[in-house]
Amino acid sequence: MEMPLWLDAIVAALILAGALVATIGSVGLARMPDFYMRLHGPTKASTLGVGATLLGSMLWFSVAQGSVSVQEILITVFLFATAPVSAHMMGRAALHRRVRCQEKTNGQPWDEMDRLSGRATQSSSSGESQR
Amino acid sequence: MTEAILPIALALFSVSLLLNLYRVLRGPDIIDRILGLDTLNVNAIAVIVLGGIYMNSSLIFEAALLIALMGFVGTVAMTKYLVRGDVIE
Repeated sequence: MEMPLWLDAIVAALILAGALVATIGSVGLARMPDFYMRLHGPTKASTLGVGATLLGSMLWFSVAQGSVSVQEILITVFLFATAPVSAHMMGRAALHRRVRCQEKTNGQPWDEMDRLSGRATQSSSSGESQR
Repeated sequence: MTEAILPIALALFSVSLLLNLYRVLRGPDIIDRILGLDTLNVNAIAVIVLGGIYMNSSLIFEAALLIALMGFVGTVAMTKYLVRGDVIE
């Protein structure tokens, strides 16, 4: 089946926008100063970019084959369901390991954790001493 | 029009794969490397899908689905090992 021009333009715009947004997310991953900031880029920007690319590919193959392409729907649903879960687990592991955060951060995150778990509270400068 | 866009999109995704590899190799903490590997998986899915459009076959999407599945399982296993000291308790 021949692809109409407007649909071709929509697919091209989706793929290009997805590639740009995913690249911006990866630049954020490479350049941000500490881990908690680095977590933002891949979890939001890269997921959105890959989702837009998958949507464009879904439109392309649905028109080219004349039937709805199911694999892209599966990949998109799976990616959008698992990306927040894995990001949450990585953030929790970083808090557990007390990964150093930048000095300008307002409040150390593990002060509250220590208070909640009943351990001895450490001094507020524990960010530099730990790890 | 899509055929003209595809090399540009593949080049952009290759740049982001290189940036993720830089974070995996450099990462000060091990959790940075896990985050880099997870992002590498997500970007590899997009590269495989673009390759499927380029070759005009949808057979390759099963590989993308497998990479999504295995990447999630691997990330969860590594973070669980870091937090609990054991993968399956």
